[in-house]
Amino acid sequence: MFLLLAPAILWLGGLIVLPHVELAVLSLRSRVAPRVYEWSLNQYATFIDEPLYWHTFVRTAAMSIFATLATLLIAFPVAWYIAKIAKGRAKSTLFILCLIPFWVSETVRTLGWMILLRESGVLPRLLVDLGITAAPVELLYHDATILVGLVYTSMLFMVVPLVSALESLDDSLIEAAYDLGGNGWSILRQIIIPHAAPGIVAGSIVVFMLTLGNYLTPTLLGGKNSLWFTEQIYTQFITRFNWEQGAAFGFLLLILSTAIVWLGLKLSGQRFGDVMRRS
Amino acid sequence: MIPSLPRSAASRYATAAYVAAFFVFLFVPLAVVAIFAFNDANYPAPPWRGFTLDWFVGGSKGRTGLFADAPLMRSIVTSVVVATGVTVLSVLVGTANAFLLERADFHGKSALSLLMLAPLVIPGVILGISILAFASRLAQFADDTFGLELDFLRPGLVLVVLGQFSYIVSIATLTIAARLKRFDATLEDAAFNLGASRAAVLWTVTLPYLKPALIGAAAISFLMSFENFNTTLMLVGSDPPLTIMMYGRMREGATPVLNAVSLLLMVASAAIALSLMRKR
Repeated sequence: MFLLLAPAILWLGGLIVLPHVELAVLSLRSRVAPRVYEWSLNQYATFIDEPLYWHTFVRTAAMSIFATLATLLIAFPVAWYIAKIAKGRAKSTLFILCLIPFWVSETVRTLGWMILLRESGVLPRLLVDLGITAAPVELLYHDATILVGLVYTSMLFMVVPLVSALESLDDSLIEAAYDLGGNGWSILRQIIIPHAAPGIVAGSIVVFMLTLGNYLTPTLLGGKNSLWFTEQIYTQFITRFNWEQGAAFGFLLLILSTAIVWLGLKLSGQRFGDVMRRS
Repeated sequence: MIPSLPRSAASRYATAAYVAAFFVFLFVPLAVVAIFAFNDANYPAPPWRGFTLDWFVGGSKGRTGLFADAPLMRSIVTSVVVATGVTVLSVLVGTANAFLLERADFHGKSALSLLMLAPLVIPGVILGISILAFASRLAQFADDTFGLELDFLRPGLVLVVLGQFSYIVSIATLTIAARLKRFDATLEDAAFNLGASRAAVLWTVTLPYLKPALIGAAAISFLMSFENFNTTLMLVGSDPPLTIMMYGRMREGATPVLNAVSLLLMVASAAIALSLMRKR
């Protein structure tokens, strides 16, 4: 029994709980003399005083919410098709096709988008050849590019919970609603969405979290204009070696991420453990 | 709507077109990566200049192919070493955790099982910086009190392994616990009644039953470790794993050698994934 408990305690204590305590302590102290520290809220004050920092924070949150909604809207019809319209072999093939791109690392997928979108890349070239633009346009380094990358990279985490939620919906419910005079829209709103809500929430929570904490996609597809909050954390921690400030930023991101997860669970009345197991 | 309800032809075609467009969106980025690994040009961009294997085997004409690119090859080895370490740790600890969750009963168990899921909702960057800060605090402490220089607590591969392990083991635990939950405990009772020792029961009854979950957890751990970026970025020292190496080169605008290594990754991970699915 204690032998079984030991690895869990070492893991959770040594790699999760204590490091986060350390992070909290770091974020709440400031240096008054070499190797002399005192408690302070300086780092959090800097965050509020410096527009760049909280702008980046709000921007990251807003774009993550937007990316999550876009992923949901794009994924839903596909999940519907896989769960309800496709049959037999086509169904399992399509489902596996959805998974394949995500066995490859995010680095590779981002490389693909860079080759497609940069000024000398495939898509700008195609636009010139088709006579749509006179000269190649730079499609990288826009906010829209970052969104495309984020939506792409999150797709799997939305499609899978949606498909499993929709598969459990009994077709006869839809038929009954139709026979009772429901149209496409009212069936969607009153039958399908309420039934799929657990899947929608689970997918959205996971996608939001991953988007908020993403580093690779915004920095590579957004370049210097990406202004992603994880980048600020990296800059403070690694480039400027200002660990106190970086720790405060880290905590703010953690709080935001946790708050949204909690809100999502509250709104849908689900338990954390169930959502995690489902996704 | 569903096939059993009347649908207009237009709506059926629109749905099919949408699904087709979706899959184009999914696969075009991967396709261009693969195609430009064979383009006879110094930069992965159109136009097509003819087929070449330079980016795999080349070592002349100012082109360094994948197999001649020592730093890149070294980073692959680093990734394999890290992923192996993470896999072994995750499966061992994950198995212990699964038994703890499914077999043991103690005060605070539900809190513990919730805490075991927590690493999955902590952004990887934050896992990275918190472990970095804590390790450096420990190293400082060891230095101040005992005059010990504990290099493994400084950014490097040990921290990378621990950082990745800290959340991958959650997934391994879930995978293994899910199978252990479905285990029929009377099988163990039967073995005990027949006089088997505790170790013999574990080795000949329980573990063989868990084998598919153990293999699955190992494969997932290996893949996730190999592809991890966020946590690794914060903890890496002087020997970068492949993802970090590729990231650095992508920022500089690299040659198609990156396409070559990406293609290799695609083939390898597809092989792992397909062999796993065939087993099920």
